Amino acid sequence: MTVTEDRVQASGHSATDREVGKSRKRKEDLRLLTGRTTWTDNHSLPGMLHMAILRSPVAHAKITNVDVSGALDRPGVIAAFSGQDFAEEQGVIPCAWPVTPDMVNPGHPSIAVGQVNHVGEAVAIVLARTKAAAQDALEAIDVDYEALPVVLDMEETVKDGADLVHSHTESNTSFRWVFDAGEAGTGTSTDEAFSGAEVTVSRRFIQQRLIPAFMEPRSSLADFQGEGVTLWSATQVPHILRLMIALSLGIPEHKVRVIAPDVGGGFGGKLQVTPEEFLVILASRRVGKPVKYTESRSESLLSAHHGRDQIQYIDIAAKRDGTVTGLRVRLLADMGAYLRLVSPGVPILGAFMYPAIYKFPAYNFTCDGVFTNKTPTDAYRGAGRPEATFAIERIMDELAAELDMDPMELRRKNWITHEEFPFTTVAGLTYDSGNYEAATDKALEMFGWDDLRAEQQQRRDAGDPIQLGLGISTFTEMCGLAPSRVLGSLSYGAGGWETASIRMLPSGKVEVVTGSSPHGQGHDTAWSQIVADQLGVGFDDVEVLHGDTASSPRGLDSYGSRSLVVGGIAVVKAAEKVVAKARKIAAHLLEANEDDLDFKDGSFSVRGTPDTKIGIQETALAVFAAHNYPEGIEPSLDSEATFDPVNFSFPHGTHLCATEVDTETGRVTIRKYVCVDDVGELVNPLIVEGQVHGGLAQGIAQAMFEEAVYDAEGNLTTGTFVDYTIPSATDLPHFDTANTVTASTTNPLGVKGVGEAGCIASTPAVVNAVVDAVRHRGVNDVQMPMTPERVWRALQGDQDSERAAEGTNAYGGATTEDEKLLDTGGPS
Amino acid sequence: MRRIGGACMKPPVFGYAAPRSAEEALALLSELGYDGKVLAGGQSLIPLLSMRLTAPHTLVDINRIPGLADIVIVEDGSVVVGALVRHAELLADAPAYAALPLLRRATSNVAHPAIRNRGTTCGSIAHADPSGEMTAILALTGGSVQIATSGAENRDVAASEFFLGPLESCLGPGELAVSVRFGAAEPRSGSAFLELARRRGDYAMCGAAVMVTVDEDETVTGVRAAYLSVGPVPAVHDLTAAVAGQHVGSADWGAAGELAATLVEPDGDLHASSDYRRRLVAVLTERALPQAAAEASSRSQEAA
Ligand SMILES: Cc1cc2nc3c(=O)[nH]c(=O)nc-3n(C[C@H](O)[C@H](O)[C@H](O)COP(=O)(O)OP(=O)(O)OC[C@H]3O[C@@H](n4cnc5c(N)ncnc54)[C@H](O)[C@@H]3O)c2cc1C
Repeated sequence: MTVTEDRVQASGHSATDREVGKSRKRKEDLRLLTGRTTWTDNHSLPGMLHMAILRSPVAHAKITNVDVSGALDRPGVIAAFSGQDFAEEQGVIPCAWPVTPDMVNPGHPSIAVGQVNHVGEAVAIVLARTKAAAQDALEAIDVDYEALPVVLDMEETVKDGADLVHSHTESNTSFRWVFDAGEAGTGTSTDEAFSGAEVTVSRRFIQQRLIPAFMEPRSSLADFQGEGVTLWSATQVPHILRLMIALSLGIPEHKVRVIAPDVGGGFGGKLQVTPEEFLVILASRRVGKPVKYTESRSESLLSAHHGRDQIQYIDIAAKRDGTVTGLRVRLLADMGAYLRLVSPGVPILGAFMYPAIYKFPAYNFTCDGVFTNKTPTDAYRGAGRPEATFAIERIMDELAAELDMDPMELRRKNWITHEEFPFTTVAGLTYDSGNYEAATDKALEMFGWDDLRAEQQQRRDAGDPIQLGLGISTFTEMCGLAPSRVLGSLSYGAGGWETASIRMLPSGKVEVVTGSSPHGQGHDTAWSQIVADQLGVGFDDVEVLHGDTASSPRGLDSYGSRSLVVGGIAVVKAAEKVVAKARKIAAHLLEANEDDLDFKDGSFSVRGTPDTKIGIQETALAVFAAHNYPEGIEPSLDSEATFDPVNFSFPHGTHLCATEVDTETGRVTIRKYVCVDDVGELVNPLIVEGQVHGGLAQGIAQAMFEEAVYDAEGNLTTGTFVDYTIPSATDLPHFDTANTVTASTTNPLGVKGVGEAGCIASTPAVVNAVVDAVRHRGVNDVQMPMTPERVWRALQGDQDSERAAEGTNAYGGATTEDEKLLDTGGPS
Repeated sequence: MRRIGGACMKPPVFGYAAPRSAEEALALLSELGYDGKVLAGGQSLIPLLSMRLTAPHTLVDINRIPGLADIVIVEDGSVVVGALVRHAELLADAPAYAALPLLRRATSNVAHPAIRNRGTTCGSIAHADPSGEMTAILALTGGSVQIATSGAENRDVAASEFFLGPLESCLGPGELAVSVRFGAAEPRSGSAFLELARRRGDYAMCGAAVMVTVDEDETVTGVRAAYLSVGPVPAVHDLTAAVAGQHVGSADWGAAGELAATLVEPDGDLHASSDYRRRLVAVLTERALPQAAAEASSRSQEAA
């Protein structure tokens, strides 16, 4: 079991009034909730023009002509451009994650020149004095398209002779990425495990395409002046964006300033360098005026990147007693029409998580990234890990059914026990800490497992039309992206460190500058709690600054549950430097030896004569005056620190779900949801609970509600919230949440990260519960989202249930022939 | 009349007028003809405008017209709902519930509270959406729509004549629906309403409004049902044949459900195929009828 005692405790506050651990209400909420805040769209500049984008109505076509002249005659219109007008200067939308050396990147223009490859791709833009004028003028632009065959079905696109999305490539496959435990030396290869297996179970799971659907639509405002540009943008990644603008558009990096003001949600959907951001910059440079673009919700659903969209072929091998002996995973991952910032890396992040909490001796993973004529995919809350967690947790239940074993017993038999940490998995990750038994026992108790099982039996015996099912997800994930060296070994284009700096102001107040860029998580509050403890100052004495590359020049931003685990630790390190320097100055002022000083409750005191003391805030004033300070020390109390983690952190937990399934209508109702998450130490339990709730909502949404559906022509048929059915609070159950605390050993706060946990864990718990409810009726899978019709069809024994939505052929379904092929060689 | 189309508008430019009396509104509507469009609660019209699926020349906002916001229970038990009665008002109205419980049962399924606060019952009938709850109730109760035109007597159009197709009614240019009348419940009758939607507040994949009538011996004498989202217009189906003469306590409601399934001709869409909708018709009917029957028999006992 991992011990926590040797972790560095914050020195500034005595244990009793530590800020860390308090359920502080969030500092930033008054501003965010009342809307008196700085959303990008709230910004206006003198002379600013509004941009509207004409988007392709067809999925795949050659553009034979674009005539924007009609738009120029419309009132209020200043300029209109086609892709051709920027052909020489538009750069490419960057992909920073070439996962293999021979990965095919067809190039992603900001605005189409000559060809469109998905519905919603930008074709022309209008700049006008008002947004309405710009929007209205789009109608006056003429575009001639010459249709090309539309490529949608992943299993079809990888076949020989398939129509190509990009005619200049040889196939629709962008890359094949392989991990084999035998070759990596982290375990054995799977061939033997499967050929000699007592039991094997195989499944084909669909990770349907999802839309991040953040609350604030994307918005950018560019002001190009002289040689440089200032860009306000609703982005998760101002620092990455700045660098990419410099590299891709050739504007010197020091002439680019990116400001991410308050940002209203992202979920990975704003971890991107977008065509829209490039277009406002190009347009502003061309016309010499500030240019703003704010998307409508319909544009957002259509053209902001989507997530998930994988077909998973997973095989598990085991002994009759339930001991797992091998795991083989093959993925088809839909990149959409282009590669965006980290599109190829998303399924690869999942590669390491399929073995999850189980002790598999053998593992093999293959992923083919493929192109289709759809909106590009990229990170969405969990990015790769929800998909992996779903597949492993689902197949564990299927294996349990095959072995006629209790699904929890099967998990207990195979998971890493708490004495076994640190544990290196067959995927090569070293889990530093965890206690799956503790979280599970607590969850089972909260859930009332035995009573629910008894009720399930009663309902079965009585032939009740409403059947009850119980679902488990004992998950772990890797977060805190990431150790820079590991990212390097995965060919990612950057590191994973984070920076923070602290400025002690003359009055003793504190400014914290973080490279992490919040978009709703509550950094201001959590960072203030951390700094209050470290420096022994008041929570309200701390101000957190972020999101402006002019004031926070270094950073790698927020995604992958990294803010606290990497960015928060950088804050701790910066605070330690401030205290170390203040100690020297305090010693000088107190005429004592610095080794004789204690630092407690924000004061340095001389050991033995506790009344001889000076506060760190007073020290700051003395430093400002600079009348009296030691030789060889600069008169300032500022610091900067960069933290590069040595490992990921591995939150885990046990989620239990009970669902009622109406067998006559297929309707699913969640009766009870319990989750016990172990995210390490809690800096702010209220924020943790909020993150878990939001994550659960999105994970349950994947299980039951959401899917981005394309019709046979490649039109997004779920283009509004009427059809892209995100659930609201009334569609979700009460959540019983709790925590166990097994501290992370790889950072001084013992924290693990919580941003994605709920979203990663919940989806399989819900699907397992539904399948459990109707397994006695011969159902062993229901494709997500489990709409009432799909569940009903599964109950009718309808194998074609995935085609419930009419007019979609996105996951056409492998024929038996194909499945045989895949069994031997994986998708090709 | 103002032209609206400000700095930050999603809809196309349109004209706007807010008459203060019914006469003024009717004069304006008849002058505008096809160019005019009535704006009531805006909960259907504004989304259509914002998505630029319609581009009326001028909106005639009826919200400032006095006298259109009453709910009146007529002596025969029918309920007349004025053009500016919001869904939320009808939902909360105790006399209307007492007269025709189906009104509340159905209205509580219309959209979300915020939309019910603004959207009007009349507007949803004028909108003629076959997925709407209130269109089905109007049809089931044999109600009618009171239509005014400038310089003419009001005409009263029966529900069976009013709905012509999806989002298509017999309301012509220049016409205003001043109220709708939901028909009275028959003596010794009971009703029930059930629907299934993807999410709470969504238009239903299928819904069933049913009425059962019994005689003194609690024998079933009439069964009628209207369905949501299973046809181009709200249609009423008589299911009496399946259970006529059976006692309410032991009637074969399943047979009535199966009969209903053979009578409807639903289309499929993204959320539900036609086969599935047909199945829902059977299941919802089978479940709703005993509820309605129980109410009918308790009414019958009260009457005795
Ligand atoms: C998210 C959402 C969910 C919804 N869910 C449901 C649901 O589940 N069930 C449901 O039934 N409805 C639903 N609605 C629609 C809602 O019920 C509307 O209130 C109703 O359809 C229209 O009423 P309104 O007063 O808002 O009409 P408006 O939007 O103002 O008008 C609608 C149409 O009717 C015409 N019209 C309105 N009043 C009159 C009149 N007196 N005379 C002549 N023509 C008139 C208008 O010209 C327009 O064509 C939903 C709406 C939204 C936005």
